[in-house]
Amino acid sequence: MINKVVSGAEEAIKDISDGATIMLGGFGLCGIPENCIDALVKKNVKNLTCISNNAGVDDFGIGLMLKQRQVKKMISSYVGENAEFERQLLSGELEVDLIPQGTLATRCLAAGYGMPAIFTPAGVGTEVAEGKEIRNFDGKDYLLEYAFDADFAIVKAWKGDAAGNLVFRSTSRNFNPVMAMAGKITIAEVEELVAVGELDPDHIHTPGIYVHRIFQGKDYEKRIEQRTVRVKS
Amino acid sequence: MSLSKEEIAKRIAKEIKDGYYVNLGIGIPTLVANYIPEDINVVLQSENGLLGMGPFPFEGEEDADLINAGKQTITTLPGSSIFDSAMSFGMIRAQKVDLTILGAMEVSENGDIANWKIPGKMVKGMGGAMDLVASAKNIIVAMQHVNKAGESKLLSACTLPLTGVKCIKKIVTELAVLNVLPEGGFQLVERAPGVSVEFIQQSTAGRLIIEGEIPEMNFD
Repeated sequence: MINKVVSGAEEAIKDISDGATIMLGGFGLCGIPENCIDALVKKNVKNLTCISNNAGVDDFGIGLMLKQRQVKKMISSYVGENAEFERQLLSGELEVDLIPQGTLATRCLAAGYGMPAIFTPAGVGTEVAEGKEIRNFDGKDYLLEYAFDADFAIVKAWKGDAAGNLVFRSTSRNFNPVMAMAGKITIAEVEELVAVGELDPDHIHTPGIYVHRIFQGKDYEKRIEQRTVRVKS
Repeated sequence: MSLSKEEIAKRIAKEIKDGYYVNLGIGIPTLVANYIPEDINVVLQSENGLLGMGPFPFEGEEDADLINAGKQTITTLPGSSIFDSAMSFGMIRAQKVDLTILGAMEVSENGDIANWKIPGKMVKGMGGAMDLVASAKNIIVAMQHVNKAGESKLLSACTLPLTGVKCIKKIVTELAVLNVLPEGGFQLVERAPGVSVEFIQQSTAGRLIIEGEIPEMNFD
């Protein structure tokens, strides 16, 4: 067994430097790597290219990195919850590549599966298709989209072990497993680091081969963006 | 009388059949879940990675790890399953989802849809909408027929950046139910109770096709 445990977020991100391309798991604020984001904010690395479905909110998640102007370019599918993001984008301070959500996920998948590109119908006939190769299969047009090439992938899991095996919980799984497969170096922060052998091999979502560094995170806030409830009748 | 958002959702719910897997977009489409008849079995897909979306949780039972694509706290149901984002769009692309219901800013008479961007004003992104409209077998759009200034949003050609081309087959608005014909044109199918064909005509900038008597919507 190869031991991949590091002491914490600070050590896990120690070699992420200015200009790096990093993937960050999560959907909205659900399943985001809170500890590593905090460490990146403290380290104040700049000129980052961030691949993440969303851009956090103004005072949480990737929004904290945007506020410090650490992000040069954002590659996302939906950024509607962040006013500072929209301001930086409309003023031209921030470069943004908005891409369909399924394309984003599948470009991660392709990287993790060792495939250079995919064909998808999403975006055909729209501005997303501009400059891209189109192929027709059985009468339908598809866009050629390339696998992502990210220096680091940072994901959040529920449980993990020293071998790097990961188990996700509920819909906080989202982009985390596909990004975990896609980084040249993958960092996983977990709510609970368990002893090797404790996770049932049949229940592991991400095999440890994809994970290079792992640590047990702390003080998870797990902020809820849209708290929606029904009243007991 | 033009329909309320709830009534638009109620009318759309009539299109859902027993055994359907359905993806509901944000806004009016989310309300459709409230009107699915209890005697049919329908599974709701949430593209952040859930099949079998249940109702909102009771107060105090919210789980930050369990949300829908609108980032709202939700619940699972017996038989629910959870998966990653790539598989979620895999099942959408592979047309395993029977019906997609989503909102729109504009729809054109050839079935193009625009719902993700207003240049210079609003840049939120397309989320999963482009994937959904590019692959869905059956798409129903829930939208307002006219904007607040009274201008039609059913056009001969969209003016906003497109989300997808030639993909919309049915539209339910506060005024009418319309089919988008394969050869182009909005075919008027039903009108909201008390709304005249003339008023719908005035409110539709694209080509409206009216054949015979147009019945009023029935909500039963």
